[in-house]
Amino acid sequence: MSVDQKIHIPQSVPTAPGPGTPAAIRVRDLHKSFRIPTKRVDSLKERAVHPFASRDYRELNALRGLSFEIRQGEFFGIVGRNGSGKSTLLKLLASIYKADSGSIEIAGRLAPFIELGVGFNHELTARENVVLNGVMMGLTPKEMRNRLDAVIDFAELREFADLKLKNYSSGMLVRLAFAVMMEADADVLLIDEVLAVGDASFQQKCADAFHQMKAQGKTIVLVTHEMGSVESYCHRAMLISDGEIKYLGEPTEAGRRYLKLNFAAETGDSNDEEANQEEEVDSGEGARLTSMRILDVDGNETSTVEMGEPIRVEAEIELLQDAPGLHAGFVLANADDVSMFELSVPIHSADGNNIKGNTVLVTATVANPLAPGRHFFHCGLQSPFGISVYVPKAATFVVFGTHPSAGILAPETDFRVRIPGEEV
Amino acid sequence: MASRAEAPLQRVGGPSALGGGPRRFFDLLWLMSITEFKRVYFGTVLGYLWSLIRPLLLFGVLLFVFTKVFRVGSKTVEHYAVMLLLGIVLFTFFQEATTNAVTSVVAQEGVVRKTQFPRLVIPLSTVITAMLNLALNLVVVLAFVLAFGVSPAWTWFLFPVALAALLVFTAAIGMALSVLYVRFRDVAIIWAVLAQVLLYLTPILYPINAFEEENQTYEHLLMWNPLSVIFTQIRVWVLHEPDAPSVVHAAGGWAGLIPATIIFFGVIAFGAWIFKRDAPRVAEAL
Ligand SMILES: Nc1ncnc2c1ncn2[C@@H]1O[C@H](COP(=O)(O)OP(=O)(O)OP(=O)(O)O)[C@@H](O)[C@H]1O
Ligand SMILES: [Mg+2]
Repeated sequence: MSVDQKIHIPQSVPTAPGPGTPAAIRVRDLHKSFRIPTKRVDSLKERAVHPFASRDYRELNALRGLSFEIRQGEFFGIVGRNGSGKSTLLKLLASIYKADSGSIEIAGRLAPFIELGVGFNHELTARENVVLNGVMMGLTPKEMRNRLDAVIDFAELREFADLKLKNYSSGMLVRLAFAVMMEADADVLLIDEVLAVGDASFQQKCADAFHQMKAQGKTIVLVTHEMGSVESYCHRAMLISDGEIKYLGEPTEAGRRYLKLNFAAETGDSNDEEANQEEEVDSGEGARLTSMRILDVDGNETSTVEMGEPIRVEAEIELLQDAPGLHAGFVLANADDVSMFELSVPIHSADGNNIKGNTVLVTATVANPLAPGRHFFHCGLQSPFGISVYVPKAATFVVFGTHPSAGILAPETDFRVRIPGEEV
Repeated sequence: MASRAEAPLQRVGGPSALGGGPRRFFDLLWLMSITEFKRVYFGTVLGYLWSLIRPLLLFGVLLFVFTKVFRVGSKTVEHYAVMLLLGIVLFTFFQEATTNAVTSVVAQEGVVRKTQFPRLVIPLSTVITAMLNLALNLVVVLAFVLAFGVSPAWTWFLFPVALAALLVFTAAIGMALSVLYVRFRDVAIIWAVLAQVLLYLTPILYPINAFEEENQTYEHLLMWNPLSVIFTQIRVWVLHEPDAPSVVHAAGGWAGLIPATIIFFGVIAFGAWIFKRDAPRVAEAL
């Protein structure tokens, strides 16, 4: 189960800080590149043997000129594929990495949470660690000692307060770390994918905490791959791809574009898969499936279908002999290979006969009640006179949607809520 | 909605050696040092005793070797045993602090790469931890000093001055080593050997005036080592033996102290410079 199903709670009234609100973070033309040595020189001997080896590096442009502004009190989401530069951006904002050029301005005290529980010393007790961690976040030891009880209570770890962290379970560690974060009382919080941990009740607590922080008007920057979180918490969201801003604005739209971007990149390897399938297709049985593709609205091949959008398939079948009564069957299965439904197409020419050597193009449009996830078409060709071809996974595609959905289907629904005694 | 005090936008300079303001720097430095100290001494059964047993054992063995086997000590120095013990304890501090500093930044990788952290705190806290240890050991040394019949003198109050010089020198070396180690892992091995060599190039096991007349040049050369100067001066101030050579005498005149002075300040400048240069990019190089 994905996290966000557990922590999905109704949207609080999001009073987004308007354009007039002063900025909490202002970034101008931020550049960051890493030097990736093609051969890492880690010892003096290597350096002595290859004195110029260190010059062999590749420049990796992780961020290419980002400019944006985050307003005070805003809950700001950052989404993007793996390696797009999200964590790098947070580390630059948090003064962990040094920018190559460009400027960063921040209002107030900032606390980064790149990973929960960093800086915990496992040889020390929870109490000692809480104080140490608080000081790392810029509080004084005294302030942190005053908040100690609040932190321990929030984490619900009172009985374990004097236990050394090395004896904690990983979930308990996360609770403690999250509790410290909540009590750190920074003006700006940077959070990098730390939601996906802890048990269900703690998830709920985190969700509540986020809503509370939002209500307190703290500025929060959240990096996540969970589009549900983006939609339910964020006022605005930014999509990064290859170190550039691809979109900045509505969370829903950012999420949609993110998913599209994510699965668009898969077209490449799904072609490979089809190439592999080709062998099985050629079973020499009198008919064969030469290709099967999923199409978008414009008739171009695609590997993604948005939730609720109809699925368009196109299959090319080559007939090697007369095949009266031939049927093509396309079985739609999900990633767990559960068959969902079958699409059965009788194949015959206008006069009812099949002609040897012909290729037949079958196109079909099917309503799409599928929940997000990967799906396959298995293809079968069958005739009463001996043709029996079965091609598993003849085509594959991903259904994407911004709302995660439990179950394997997500049929379109129309609903109304009526409260007796209230005027509609 | 709670309205927050409006903080002005402030330019962020990126990571640095001292980043985050002086108060946070000292809070962190102290907290890190003291927790590490506590961890070592309350984490083991015999705790503090271990850190005392090591120099004492070394002291016992060396005392036997140099007074009974070679007879270096007993002839030329009135308080050879005390000189030896004090020297060993101080050098143990130097060695422990620098050796721990070498790997400190790499060992704290998580903190460096994932939190906002003033880099300088890391090597310095290992030096402070070693210093806390030294403070405890010095109490034991004091007992020995009195037991061996050294009478207290006003020059004892000057001891902290020499100690401060040792501390600064140690910290500078620790700083340089800790960032060099990020890029060159050989530094750990090289330093282990160098520290061992330094033990013999500092008048600890032998008094600086142990050389014959015709070998005086060696004595002067040894005084190029800033540690020799510090240790010789400490011997003068703490043990105040009438025939102990002054620093100037051992170096063969004031001019003889120039190399050690240059090296001393050179090392400090180098440590500060290289740390300041490398600290901002340590997180990405790890
Ligand atoms: N210290 C580093 N040295 C070299 N390259 C780095 C370093 N840190 C990040 N990179 C590179 O920068 C690019 C962006 O990385 P980053 O961690 O910001 O991605 P991300 O968007 O957070 O991805 P993910 O979703 O997987 O967390 C990657 O190609 C990564 O290899
Ligand atoms: Mg990341």
